[in-house]
Amino acid sequence: MAMNRVHAAHTAARSGLLNCHGCSLLVRRPSVADRGHARCPRCGARLHLRKPNSIVRTWALLIAAFIFYIPANLLPVTITTYLGSTQSDTIMSGVIFFMKTGSWGIALIIFVASIVVPIAKLIVLSGLLLSVQRRSRWRPEERTRLYRITELVGRWSMLDVFVVTVMVALVRLGFLTTIEAGSGVVYFAAVVVITMISAMTFDPRLIWDALEKNDESTAH
Amino acid sequence: MAQTLIACHECDLLHRVQPLPEKSNARCRRCGALLYVHFPKTIDRSLALAITGLVLLVIANIYPFLSLESQGTILETTLITGTIILSQEGMVGVAILVLLTSMLIPCLLLGALVYVLWPMKMHRHLPANRRIFRLALTLRPWSMTEVFLLGILVSVVKLAKMATIIPGTALFSFLGLVFVLAAVNTFLVPRTVWEKMDEWR
Repeated sequence: MAMNRVHAAHTAARSGLLNCHGCSLLVRRPSVADRGHARCPRCGARLHLRKPNSIVRTWALLIAAFIFYIPANLLPVTITTYLGSTQSDTIMSGVIFFMKTGSWGIALIIFVASIVVPIAKLIVLSGLLLSVQRRSRWRPEERTRLYRITELVGRWSMLDVFVVTVMVALVRLGFLTTIEAGSGVVYFAAVVVITMISAMTFDPRLIWDALEKNDESTAH
Repeated sequence: MAQTLIACHECDLLHRVQPLPEKSNARCRRCGALLYVHFPKTIDRSLALAITGLVLLVIANIYPFLSLESQGTILETTLITGTIILSQEGMVGVAILVLLTSMLIPCLLLGALVYVLWPMKMHRHLPANRRIFRLALTLRPWSMTEVFLLGILVSVVKLAKMATIIPGTALFSFLGLVFVLAAVNTFLVPRTVWEKMDEWR
């Protein structure tokens, strides 16, 4: 089994079948004329052998996320006013604030969720795309696992957006201190949403398609 | 007729579906992705959880969420106060995103499950149930109540030195909702639901 698995893997594509993206029903692959219009007989989702235009779409989203990542980190996410003096905080200065006040746990949570996870996601997805485009055969199992983790942890980056929301709700008029949301939060929210979508548009099966000898079975 | 073959959604390898012992799962032998799970009474449990979740969501919206006490004044907030203030400050996009991920999507998700699963218990089906079930599955990653809860925790720590924070009824209800949604993710086996739909075609 282990010996021949690389070259003669029994994939759905090779057997003339495709996996419905909506309900995982195995469907006979539609004829060339019907491709693009065919719908799943069970759930009604459009049938595709692989996620459509996976590489192009994922790249486009990643590039957009890279661009938004810069203002997300440079612009303030909160603006605190205390007795007439204002202080702007970026995501990183928020982390430093927690470190200075001794809340190491919270500092670490925010640092991981807001800084490490988004940048790691951008790097991992770009790397996966490059490896797929170069038809790399290097460690497909590990690359798939990396993708799985990326998809799973992405949502936790929303943490900082929620923190800002709760802070502005709690600290406002009627107190000496008021906290307002800064424009950085808009870009940051955009980065999180866009990277989540880009993880969804990437098709991990492309990693394994590169191991197949003949390409025709998976051509779109 | 039950389907006998299944393709891994992460590497496309075909597998023969084999009966599993309860509460266990089958993984892809090539890439290790989760293929299918066997959970007994998945429909009953998911339905019960979805109804519970909807009740908790209503409670979470009626009662005060968090209150802040500082210099003798008490300021009450509800679950949607943050959204309202963000939109007043001109951040409508972020406000909508927060409203969607913390409340509307969980609500839609649970509502869709009730719409599909309740009639199923009575061997009936409502119009467009397949489409709605597919929508519910697509919405799953966008329901972020647990992340919101962590956000609350972080904010409370941040503000603890400045003022006293009083948790409200809605907060506990929301906490319950987080657990309910996590349980829905565990107990709901889409495969079983799709197969049930096929039986009464």
